[in-house]
Amino acid sequence: MTADKLNRRKFLNRVWAGLGIVAAAEAVAFLSGYFSPRKPRYSPTDPGEVFTVGAVDDFEPGTVTAFVRGKFYLARIGNGGFLALSRTCTHLGCTVPWVADEQRFVCPCHASAFDINGDVIEPPAPRAMDLFEVSIENDMVRVDTGRRLKRTAFEASQAVYPEAT
Amino acid sequence: MSLNRLKGGQMNASERAPASNRTRAMNGSADSRKYLRNFLLHFRPAAVPERVLHISATWALGVASTTLLAVLVLTGFLLKFVYEPNPTHAYDSIVYLVGDVPYGQLLRNMHRWSGYAILLTAFLHLLRVFYTSAFHAPRQLNWIVGLGLFAAIVLSNFTGYLLPWDQISYWAITISTSMLDYLPWLGPPLKQFILGGTEPGPATLMNFYAIHTAIVPVALLFLLPFHFWRIRKAGGIVIPRGVDEQLPDPLPMARTVPHLVTREIAMVLVVLAALVSASMVFNAPLAEQANPGMSPNPTKAPWYFMGIQEILMHFHPLFAAVVIPLALTAALLCIPWYRFDSRPAGTWFVSRKGRATALAAAVTGFIVTVAAVLVDDLLLSANGQASPGMIQNGLLPFAGVIAFCIAFHFLLRKRFDCNRNEAVQALFTLLMVSFVTLTLIGTWFRGPGMQLTWGG
Repeated sequence: MTADKLNRRKFLNRVWAGLGIVAAAEAVAFLSGYFSPRKPRYSPTDPGEVFTVGAVDDFEPGTVTAFVRGKFYLARIGNGGFLALSRTCTHLGCTVPWVADEQRFVCPCHASAFDINGDVIEPPAPRAMDLFEVSIENDMVRVDTGRRLKRTAFEASQAVYPEAT
Repeated sequence: MSLNRLKGGQMNASERAPASNRTRAMNGSADSRKYLRNFLLHFRPAAVPERVLHISATWALGVASTTLLAVLVLTGFLLKFVYEPNPTHAYDSIVYLVGDVPYGQLLRNMHRWSGYAILLTAFLHLLRVFYTSAFHAPRQLNWIVGLGLFAAIVLSNFTGYLLPWDQISYWAITISTSMLDYLPWLGPPLKQFILGGTEPGPATLMNFYAIHTAIVPVALLFLLPFHFWRIRKAGGIVIPRGVDEQLPDPLPMARTVPHLVTREIAMVLVVLAALVSASMVFNAPLAEQANPGMSPNPTKAPWYFMGIQEILMHFHPLFAAVVIPLALTAALLCIPWYRFDSRPAGTWFVSRKGRATALAAAVTGFIVTVAAVLVDDLLLSANGQASPGMIQNGLLPFAGVIAFCIAFHFLLRKRFDCNRNEAVQALFTLLMVSFVTLTLIGTWFRGPGMQLTWGG
């Protein structure tokens, strides 16, 4: 089987193929590096920060208050618990306004609707509105938009309650 | 090869180059005509069958698309001198363009309307190729190249849509890119890469601008000549013929210059006249500057994605935005390699039975789609319960659609004794008409809150 022996032509062809693979790998390394710089040119559009939104008593149970800069709603549900709801629809990212008359969030894009807990009451939204972390200290309500909780549905344990005084 | 055809073809007296032409002194105009002719004949054979000269052979849709592309490139060059691709200045630069730059509004209108028009002409061109069976060997590869060109046109429209940075463009891009969230594993990082963040911002505008003004145009620069070259390699476009008609031998031929070229130039002028007239009458829409805090009601995707948006109203997003588009694209790519019974290239709708079944499929597609949308909408608003999951809202209705298509195919093959060409054509027609119907519903019959309305 002399034809299978490594002659000069075969050897050079293999060298060329090997060099081609190396060049392709270099191109991949170059492009992936180029498109993911360590220091992004623009600061993240949504870095998150801690908002002190007010005193517990500022918010009546059963009301929703919008915080435009933090891009969230603070909902005080009927039993006095607090939820910080992301204003972004879980379907395709539109901003959902609170319609107080109907006691629901209604998405203008594809007609999804959510109740005050952020639970889906009208599809096509596939899951409940995202939550931000709420903490209450000395009767002041704080919302940390850097800490986002994705969830499928509302659970009673997600609401944050002021300490009984 | 073209010379042989030229010799073999029948030519009337006026077609033969008169001797006086050769003896006439080579003045400047004849000289330039020769150079023009030599240049044109790189793209065209010296003679073409007389039959392809009739407008109904292609409806000149390729010429129209190429003309619109040329307009897009030229108007795009000029727009680049005024437009600024960053969120702070983008909107203002468009306002300046249409308000203060002479002919700026006209230029913007021409760019926008030709971008929309080329989607239509390219789509109709695709339909012409499909319905004249012009995708069989040796044109299989050119069908794929054509689909690639169509994808480039859609991508160019989509990336251009964001650039004005108004409420329409910002939210259309938000919902369109959010669809990627439903693509498992690959989707979220891809979305992050395209947007350069979690929502549209300066990085998004840079990315879209680069794709719109560099990547897609260069891709077109390579794909389009390849597309033309493959037509010549296939021996020209398909030659129109009636059902089961044998082409006469020899085929009557006509010189490309002037007979084909003058007809093509006429089409170029018609397209340009229509485009400029439309651009003088209708202004390209421009809404308020983008406001990330407020989605307009209703927020709609660009019109060419309305079909997908309407599917989104009825299916789980994984199916509406990923599974269904991928399945349709794969089916389109595979069409030329299906084992067909015949290759009736040049015959409209395969056969007489093909015409009847395609028409029946079109009517069925329209009625079933409208009925499905109405039934689903009524059921949804009737029970108003929490969102059904991926199985109930995705897998089951998708399986239902597949089962309907299989049953339709089975009915055609067994009950109506269609051959494979006729059955595939009917199935294509069913899905195509269904998609067009969804696009129309989404565009005209969805009002505020995306509720069905009359004349929304």
